[in-house]
Amino acid sequence: MNDMSRVERQVDTNKIKLECRDCQVYYGETHAIKDVNVDIEDKTVTAFIGPSGCGKSTFLRCLNRMNDTIDVARVKGSFKLDGEDIYDKRVDPVQLRAKVGMVFQKPNPFPKSIYDNVAYGPRIHGLARNKAELDEIVEKSLRRGAIWNEVKDRLDAPGTGLSGGQQQRLCIARAVATEPEVLLMDEPCSALDPIATAQVEELIDELRSRYSVVIVTHSMQQAARVSQKTAFFHLGNLVEFGETGQIFTNPEDPRTESYITGRIG
Amino acid sequence: MPLLWLILIVVAIAAVGYVLGRARALQSAGGDSRGLHSLPTFYGANVALKTAVPAFGLLIVWLLVQPIFVNSQISGMIPDTEVEEGSSRSLVMAEVRRTAYGLENAVAQGNITEDAASNANADIAEVTQSLKDAGQIVTSEITQPILLAAQSYRVMNSGGYSVMSIAVILIALAGAVFSWRQTQSEYRARNVVEQGVRVLLLAAASIAILTTVGIVLSLVFNTWEFFKLYPASDFFFGTTWSPSFSGRGGSSSLGVLPLLWGTLYISIVALLVAVPIGLFAAIYLSEYASPRVRSFAKPMLEVLAGIPTIVYGLFALLTVGPLLLEVFGDDGLGWMKAGTAVMTAGLVMGVMLIPFVSSLSDDIINAVPQAMRDGSYGLGANQSETIRQVVLPAALPGIVGAVLLAASRAIGETMIVVMGAGAAARLSLNPFEAMTTVTAKIVSQLTGDADFASPEALVAFALGMTLFILTLGLNVFALYIVRKYREQYE
Repeated sequence: MNDMSRVERQVDTNKIKLECRDCQVYYGETHAIKDVNVDIEDKTVTAFIGPSGCGKSTFLRCLNRMNDTIDVARVKGSFKLDGEDIYDKRVDPVQLRAKVGMVFQKPNPFPKSIYDNVAYGPRIHGLARNKAELDEIVEKSLRRGAIWNEVKDRLDAPGTGLSGGQQQRLCIARAVATEPEVLLMDEPCSALDPIATAQVEELIDELRSRYSVVIVTHSMQQAARVSQKTAFFHLGNLVEFGETGQIFTNPEDPRTESYITGRIG
Repeated sequence: MPLLWLILIVVAIAAVGYVLGRARALQSAGGDSRGLHSLPTFYGANVALKTAVPAFGLLIVWLLVQPIFVNSQISGMIPDTEVEEGSSRSLVMAEVRRTAYGLENAVAQGNITEDAASNANADIAEVTQSLKDAGQIVTSEITQPILLAAQSYRVMNSGGYSVMSIAVILIALAGAVFSWRQTQSEYRARNVVEQGVRVLLLAAASIAILTTVGIVLSLVFNTWEFFKLYPASDFFFGTTWSPSFSGRGGSSSLGVLPLLWGTLYISIVALLVAVPIGLFAAIYLSEYASPRVRSFAKPMLEVLAGIPTIVYGLFALLTVGPLLLEVFGDDGLGWMKAGTAVMTAGLVMGVMLIPFVSSLSDDIINAVPQAMRDGSYGLGANQSETIRQVVLPAALPGIVGAVLLAASRAIGETMIVVMGAGAAARLSLNPFEAMTTVTAKIVSQLTGDADFASPEALVAFALGMTLFILTLGLNVFALYIVRKYREQYE
């Protein structure tokens, strides 16, 4: 879609936001992630691609310690957000998740009004001093979620009453409202139709100006469209990680080439 | 012929029909079951069904109709002179039936010969004596018309049953032969059997519904009787409850308000205990407890639900009452006069309701999609924020349903109230005073020795009706709440 922009992409100047070294994840006896090293850069969209069950979602969930909520999961290795280990005992996972927001595969608005959905994060983190500030945050977030115009007249309507694409953009607006530094997206478009997908992709591109975005996707076209860096996972290993253009046009590893040309996966 | 034999014969015919029908079906397809429309067993079942269902249907109808028919016939035989002043025809008929059964049993025991029993000119004193010797219940001396009526009652009954046996067996055979002849390879036996299964399931469902209707009707008629004897406004708005058992009517005040107040007060105390504890227990079990603790603690909690309420009543009477009395009684704060009080019954009933609230709420909280929790954690909420602001609102309709269910249990509870709350109907705000509830009073009104036609006894039905409407309203409301908000998070 945008080969031109791919060439223009300037990512070298960005500093490293999240540095992951020798990451291992075990689900009980299963070794789900093996020796993964990835650097997530600031103000960059990083895409994780790979066949189902290759561990890309698992790895994504390590980045904001969502795997803590799964009893059998164990995580090893070093994850440094701005140089601080996020698995350090002194780090509160709750505060970490405020900095590293997450959008899930299936839109999961809370059974509350649209306003309350977006105001949820700011409220629990005390980001607004008064109602006017909260209103402002909600409006700003909904605008950033590219859904303001559709819902501005019915902020009191339940968030669950929106269409699938709107729900997902609401969830993105909700994640943005807490002002995260990194936004993790786990297949955010897999439940959406092409038009809603296009809207969300456009949104991701806009979010890049403020946040570091990590997106897991099954669609290689989507990875090519929205990301500047791409990581290819296979069977729990990080096979290749590099510039998106590089990965899709001139992959180094034969497995990557097989996958993107459709021979495996 | 005894009924059991008749039933066994019909079942035997059906069984034989099953085997023959199956065989005929196979034969009609040339021994190859693939040539049949349905599986061979369906043809067998078809024959068995058409044998048994009409036969048993006739049997049931006959058993219902015959007593009515015989009664009306015999009733016509009894001359009006035999019906005494102050008595009624139905009492005489009861006497006739008793005599007839007495004769029947005496003959069966061999105390009276068949001839003596059916001898219309038998000596009455002799018959009475031999009935008494045979250990049969004979109230007064039997009069000539009663003996005659009893004898013809016997004859008509036994004759009727013989005709019935023959008719039932004939119907069974006819059904068997008819359906056996029907059996061919093209016959759609499976569809017929499916219909039969459908009707069976429908019948099971309608029995439950019809029973409810029957219960309501019996309440309605008796309630109507009551309101003919006692003004409805005094019942609904009267503030005193003092039924008199010695005098008849007039002197009783049967105001429902003190009882309703007692019911609601005790239920509120019970719910104040059960809802927070049950809900917190459910939240702990579903959100915090490890699977090992959960697998152990949940059944333990549910054991509470299996304890008979009378045992809870004992607990209230022997443990909780004296305990409360020690703290709030004359030796302590001086608010409480005796161990039986609203507080005693309410606390114990609350304990009884904990498993209802916790078990249902636990299931409902577990049904909240994990995506909701993930979404909340992903925004940096901690566990209690997630539970308070996301999980509980999502589970709220179900929790409300659970609470309302517990409330209707509390309102209908009797045993704990009888033993824990005392028997005084009283309008008071002090929770340490004895009060009583609608259910407890229904028991005491119906088990007393009041005449069944007096308002003091009939008031039980009006109370029952009030209670029924109250709990029905609560249940409907619970269903409405659950339905209205159910889809919100799905």
